[in-house]
Amino acid sequence: MRIAYYPGCSLDTTGVEFRLSTAYCANQLDLDLWEVPAWNCCGASSAHSTDQLLSLALPARNLAIAEKEGLDVAVPCAACYSRFKTVEAEVRQDEKVQQDVARVIDMDYRATNNTRSLLEVFVDQVGLDKIEAAVKKPLSGLKVACYYGCYLVRPPKLGHFDRAEDPESMDQLIAKLGGTPVDWPHKTECCGAGMITLSPEDGLPLTYEILRAAQLCGADCLATACPMCLMNLDLHQESVNKKYKADFNLPVFYFTELMALTFGAEPKEIGLDKHFVNSLPLLAGIGKKETA
Amino acid sequence: MSGIELSAVQAVAKEWTEKLQAAGIDITSCYQCGKCTAGCPMAQSMDYSPRQIVRLLQLGLADDALRSRTIWMCASCETCATRCPRDVDVAKLMDLLRIEANRTGVAAVPEVPIFHKTFLESVERYGRVYEMELMMKFNMRTGKLFNNVDLGPKMMSKGKLHFMPPKADDGGAVKKLFERVRERKGN
Repeated sequence: MRIAYYPGCSLDTTGVEFRLSTAYCANQLDLDLWEVPAWNCCGASSAHSTDQLLSLALPARNLAIAEKEGLDVAVPCAACYSRFKTVEAEVRQDEKVQQDVARVIDMDYRATNNTRSLLEVFVDQVGLDKIEAAVKKPLSGLKVACYYGCYLVRPPKLGHFDRAEDPESMDQLIAKLGGTPVDWPHKTECCGAGMITLSPEDGLPLTYEILRAAQLCGADCLATACPMCLMNLDLHQESVNKKYKADFNLPVFYFTELMALTFGAEPKEIGLDKHFVNSLPLLAGIGKKETA
Repeated sequence: MSGIELSAVQAVAKEWTEKLQAAGIDITSCYQCGKCTAGCPMAQSMDYSPRQIVRLLQLGLADDALRSRTIWMCASCETCATRCPRDVDVAKLMDLLRIEANRTGVAAVPEVPIFHKTFLESVERYGRVYEMELMMKFNMRTGKLFNNVDLGPKMMSKGKLHFMPPKADDGGAVKKLFERVRERKGN
């Protein structure tokens, strides 16, 4: 299966392990990822908080390049994915928007192709059966809190692949990998996004609540599809512990890292050593056929 | 008892109702149930709740909404827009208020628009975000020189932050895109 691939800025920097593990999984599952040549930043929150047209044009340029190739676009980062889905919907609904965007990007773009979250590509298009068949080292009952965050599922009017409240695609995936998805209430709570950096006293309470809920519900770790969420939950876990006198020690993974591990990847080759909360002791127990 | 002059605020209410309707947001639909606020993860950091922001606009008190801390504390998580039983896109409303507050220079939390401006300069220049420069410029512009300074070396030790800027190799396409957006605004 061939699909265009838009990694987004984070996958070259703060989320480099998302890129490494995605490439590993794609290779194992015969998924041909065609990286959009000369792709540009989606504009993120900065664009949609500053100028509507700019916020549509930046993602549209990438989508237009893929449309010319006749390809759908797989987007790993949940935040980029949301910006892509937004422009796709607006261009389809409003001819004036379509024309304005095409003029600004100096390319024809009619949104005849689809943006797909990488999670959707693996779960719905590659398929859970094929993924299950590729598992060599199952997660052996590892208890995973699947954390979807905001942009994989909201707002539902954009036509997402999973439910806005209580989504389950990642939980199904984790179960196929031999893990135990935990039932917990914070699947789609906001992590605090950029507030953690801009104003920690306002943002950290959100990160704290997510970690607390995961721990209370018995999770060994969390899985996510968003580089921003991962950075907040992993890099800032130490700040949360300091502020709340807590002792969280919850590794946070990209769902692709857990996939890659079960397919037989070495932790280092997919960048697991790049996390701030050390996940290696927890992973020592995986790979046994028997689950608890 | 003297009467209260309402004609001025009525005009503002009408102006904003129409402006938002053109963007697909009908604030007259809102019956103030407060579901947006109940689900808002940032409500505790706001001066007006999301429900109150809509009410201010309904009442023609747009200036208070534009000068609020609320619009800059909004994390754009889309929970409000997802749950509104009257289909009022409160998240998009927050965007439009931010854009207007920024344009008119009344931002109550100036650090946030400074961040956005610095971020977009990076995208315009390199086609992608150059995190290192972004954080240094942001700290200089806000005067918070030591903001998050411990994070830089931490990220760099893991190979997650680079000294060198990214290269989109787009042949200047993104720079031109920004120019055309500016030209359109000038019209």
